[in-house]
Amino acid sequence: MPATKFQGSARAAFGFAVVAAIAMSVAHGQVSTVDEIARYRAALQDGNPAELWEARGENLWKSPRGPKNVSFAACDLGQGPGVVKGAYAQLPRYFADADRVMDLETRLVYCMVTQQGYTQPDAMKGPFGGPGNKSDIEALVAYVTSQSRGVKMNVPLAHPKEKEAFALGEKMFVYRGGTHDFSCATCHAEDGKRIRLQDLPNLMTVAGAQKAYTTWPAYRVSQGELRTFQWRLNDCFRQQRFPELIFTSDASIALTMYLARNANGAAFDAPAIKR
Amino acid sequence: MADPMRIRATAAGDSTEVKVLMSHEMETGQRKDAQGKVVPAWFIQSVTATCNGRTVLSAQWGTAVAKNPFLAFRFKGGAKGERVQITWADNRGDTRTDEAVIS
Repeated sequence: MPATKFQGSARAAFGFAVVAAIAMSVAHGQVSTVDEIARYRAALQDGNPAELWEARGENLWKSPRGPKNVSFAACDLGQGPGVVKGAYAQLPRYFADADRVMDLETRLVYCMVTQQGYTQPDAMKGPFGGPGNKSDIEALVAYVTSQSRGVKMNVPLAHPKEKEAFALGEKMFVYRGGTHDFSCATCHAEDGKRIRLQDLPNLMTVAGAQKAYTTWPAYRVSQGELRTFQWRLNDCFRQQRFPELIFTSDASIALTMYLARNANGAAFDAPAIKR
Repeated sequence: MADPMRIRATAAGDSTEVKVLMSHEMETGQRKDAQGKVVPAWFIQSVTATCNGRTVLSAQWGTAVAKNPFLAFRFKGGAKGERVQITWADNRGDTRTDEAVIS
């Protein structure tokens, strides 16, 4: 009798152990996927090809260009003419000379038009690169953002136009539309969501917005290209089947403003590398 | 013309560690474009590294190497202040040479 009892409890214990082992391996499987992607990124971080874009961008920033043959030396990104260091961590912001809130790309286009003599359409050409078709804007963005690495995000929200852009961006973020009745919030307002293996950040939390915003631009290994935050927004719009987000438009700046401001306080850490 | 390489070379004991990033499309010749035409192969065929005129690495590459290749290697010798020179040549006859000072 005691022996039987012992056997029974042993079997129960064994059964429990099996169940526990299965439960653990399932949990372990989920954790290790995320861990393995992180490990993959860390392995590639050394020798990140984004450096190639940074180098090209630095050259573009410093050399005379355009019909007027002037460099970006007089271009004010908010920290004074030609100052690049830490500029991206405080963008988008209101610029009195243009009487408009501008993000980095919009400001670069503005400098190209007002100082270097490009026409507006020429300056806005090729915001995103592809194979055999390199984008100067992306290279410039890579260089300027690299000069804010380690700088704490500090996007201002003092000017009425900055507040207006932020409010509009927030509204756009939760606005549902398109053929799929999607909003940004459909995917990015809940913890633990993912598309296939890719975890989606919850951009309505401070931690989520910080982690997402401070790691763009990034070299996308799967595409062999450096991608900017602007590209990320445009691709999200494409995935939602929204109309194309117009480059340097108020809508584009407002959405950037909303997400950049939400990332305030975190140290900027890009250009990064992503799968 | 091709974009410059990024080269870092650091002396560690009696050897030198070199890390090189190259800017190259590395087309395999297997891809087709939007019109369905084959994108012709275009890749780096040979890589040579020299230090003070001495060849320390010589490699033949093919289409299996990824776009924007990253190459890391160590060689015996090399001291702080010496120069490491890297040259690549691709199958279109384009070539690029860059150098870095060992730190």
